[in-house]
Amino acid sequence: MGKIVGLTGDETAAEAMRQINPDVVAAYPITPQTETVQRFSEFVADGEVSTEMIRVESEHSAMSACVGASAAGARAMTATSANGLALMWEIVYIASSCRLPITMFVVNRALSAPINIHCDHSDSMGARDAGWIQIYSEDCQEIYDNVIQALRIGENKEVLLPVMITFDGFIISHCTERVELLEDEEVRDFIGKYKNSYSLLDVDNPVTYGPLDLFDYYFEHKRQQIEAMEKAPPVIQRVGEEFGKLSGRNYSLMEEYKTEDANFIVLAAGSAAGTVKAAVEELREEGVKAGLLKIRVFRPFPVGKICQVLRKAEAVAILDRSASFGAQGGPIFLEVRSALFEEERRVPVVNYIYGLGGRDISIQQIKGVYRNLQKIADTGKVEKLVDFVGLRE
Amino acid sequence: MREKGWKEIPIGGLILEAGNAEEYKTGTWRTFRPVRDEEKCNHCLLCWIYCPDSSIIVEDGKIKDIRYDYCKGCGICAAECPVKAIEMVKESEFLKKGEE
Repeated sequence: MGKIVGLTGDETAAEAMRQINPDVVAAYPITPQTETVQRFSEFVADGEVSTEMIRVESEHSAMSACVGASAAGARAMTATSANGLALMWEIVYIASSCRLPITMFVVNRALSAPINIHCDHSDSMGARDAGWIQIYSEDCQEIYDNVIQALRIGENKEVLLPVMITFDGFIISHCTERVELLEDEEVRDFIGKYKNSYSLLDVDNPVTYGPLDLFDYYFEHKRQQIEAMEKAPPVIQRVGEEFGKLSGRNYSLMEEYKTEDANFIVLAAGSAAGTVKAAVEELREEGVKAGLLKIRVFRPFPVGKICQVLRKAEAVAILDRSASFGAQGGPIFLEVRSALFEEERRVPVVNYIYGLGGRDISIQQIKGVYRNLQKIADTGKVEKLVDFVGLRE
Repeated sequence: MREKGWKEIPIGGLILEAGNAEEYKTGTWRTFRPVRDEEKCNHCLLCWIYCPDSSIIVEDGKIKDIRYDYCKGCGICAAECPVKAIEMVKESEFLKKGEE
């Protein structure tokens, strides 16, 4: 058993990186990710890690350096937010397409314009088709736990995909919370050493990364990436259970909070899940059978598990912290609703877009969402399929 | 060459054998084919020096053949030939004649 400490989200991410001691970290500062890399670079300067720290001139270069390092056989990590993720976009796809298990923190922040440094999920949701595994963290403890598991998941030979660990900018990144740490040795034993099958530096077995791949084979390589995502859920489940044995904190693809007997279920990802839990507590005291289904892993999307939990509900609301402009609703809503299409019994599902640009969401507002679900169940009518929480008319 | 399925190829577009570009015949991109006139050729080897695809085959210091597997028909050999022994002929001409 390690220590119990008070750390912000960014400091937690840096502390986990210190224990992981990656071979290469290449990063460029951007609010609200900055303190993660700032704190980690102090560890580098103080000799607490043996990491090669590459201070690059942009996020495009940060991800490029990670791609090169990972192809050479290094364990490579980086961190970014919003516009930084947007700038590295091209290489984000190259990392996953070359099947390089890079680990990246995305500290969720709204994309410009207008310029905004606060939290929403538009950055990582925009990258949902980039071929990265995406794990959303509710709080500081989950940042820590998720990143340690991320290495084992991404580097698994059946998977070999990069992993994005997200946490909400400022709400979590700059909020001090209680975090239980493992011992350095426990972390290092759990993650093991990374050995890639095809290293660019292995001169006796030379390989080519990223060659031209036209209409004759590109399609087949994309099919392989789809397969890797399909192989990931059981690996994520296994690693979550193994981590549970080590830490006492079990992880699955999703977290169910009082869904067992729930009539009304809200789905949320990130820090809002914590606020929903508080609303569920209050509603339960009032006699309302409310529950939360927390999206932890969004890519690969856990279709089976979601259907299993939601099929018994009377009404379901999806909270999306990003808009998909021109679509029928937010990204989580679209996928959940699509997943439920094959169900025999039709469960009413509605969408609430909330919290864009860091707009706060309160327990009262979430209780309002549950009240609307009650109304839908009582009347059998959905008045608004997609609505907004906390928006001024 | 039979094209392989997605389960048979290395992941990530990796190429695991060095020097396997030889297996990828790029000569199909060609629109013009260099045709050498054996009688005019003085075997100066300038075409061999200039060819960017190593398509001029030399044996015992003499031009033996032009190998079309990788020749993209750029025409540098014909342009550099001091005795005009290489003519660029449209591939469609060979199609008309039923030649490969």
